[in-house]
Amino acid sequence: MIKITVKLFASFQLGRFDRDIREYPSATTVGDVVRDLQIPAAEVGILLLNFVHVDLQRQLADGDSLSIFPLVGGG
Amino acid sequence: MKGFDREKLQAFFAGHTDDDLVSWPNEVKMMDQFGLTCSEADELIMTSGFLPARYQRNRQMISTEQQLKLFKSQVAVVGCGGLGGYVIEELARLGVGHLRVIDPDVFTEHNLNRQLLATFDNLGASKVAAAIKRVQQINPAVCVDPRQVAIGLDNGVELLKGMDTVVDAIDNISGRLELAQLCSQLDITLVHGSVGGWFGQAGCIRPKQTTMHKLYPNPTADKGIESTFGTPSFTPALVGSLQSAAVCKILLAPGRLLDEGILAVDLLQMQFDNIPV
Repeated sequence: MIKITVKLFASFQLGRFDRDIREYPSATTVGDVVRDLQIPAAEVGILLLNFVHVDLQRQLADGDSLSIFPLVGGG
Repeated sequence: MKGFDREKLQAFFAGHTDDDLVSWPNEVKMMDQFGLTCSEADELIMTSGFLPARYQRNRQMISTEQQLKLFKSQVAVVGCGGLGGYVIEELARLGVGHLRVIDPDVFTEHNLNRQLLATFDNLGASKVAAAIKRVQQINPAVCVDPRQVAIGLDNGVELLKGMDTVVDAIDNISGRLELAQLCSQLDITLVHGSVGGWFGQAGCIRPKQTTMHKLYPNPTADKGIESTFGTPSFTPALVGSLQSAAVCKILLAPGRLLDEGILAVDLLQMQFDNIPV
């Protein structure tokens, strides 16, 4: 198992959490975490892994910090 | 500029200035006496080393020389709704001389909760026409160039060419991606802003930066959380103001520009995060 710090932003915090340390099996991807949190992939905007932009396919490692932001598109 | 007697103008300034300020009643006299538009009068006042008195509260931050630079600047505001209304208001009051306002829409009732330019009187009227009317009331020296069209890759070069900077106040994601592409092509810095519910984001995108694709990685999504949450009055006011400050800094180059990150704003938790790009 690996430990991942997950930070959620804006509306993704509602009904979930703002920051949590979660355990996942090794070889877990960013997309797996998004699915585990029941966030629709189509609503995902910025994904930062240790302050670097990544996509849903990126594999996680023990101790990683993942930030997930929603799409904000209104004017 | 129309031909007139410079000596008479100097004599006019000698009798109608208070320190270096020209009050509005005196500027009106000047316009009458010399047959000038407000824009021409503003320019003559500032090139002669004086300042229209309505800018006097700008001057601890903005010198007369910088005020003249703002007056000669051209900014396109793409979208005249929630964000665009505030940006147009603030840039006009700041004294940005040329605003090209672009929006295909007319006002509807559901715009009234947040859009500065929306009033009961102009429901059904075009947003760009409302922008002209409002700017005329708050700073008649500002030239507003209205374009009641949707911007896209087909017409964007013509609409944005020659602008000093462009403000992204659009309400859809595909439009934002096209706007970023156009600004990159035209070598113009784009001032991004977007809102939804309690949340918003703002930042400057230099030509060739790929920030917009990082913000909107899913090309099939055209709307974000705003389709669920709507938008209240204060979120566009805040994010639009961040954009106006960014425009001021792009035009005058003081301070730090938000181009190495996007500021994410959460008014529910009162949390502000600078996201690296």
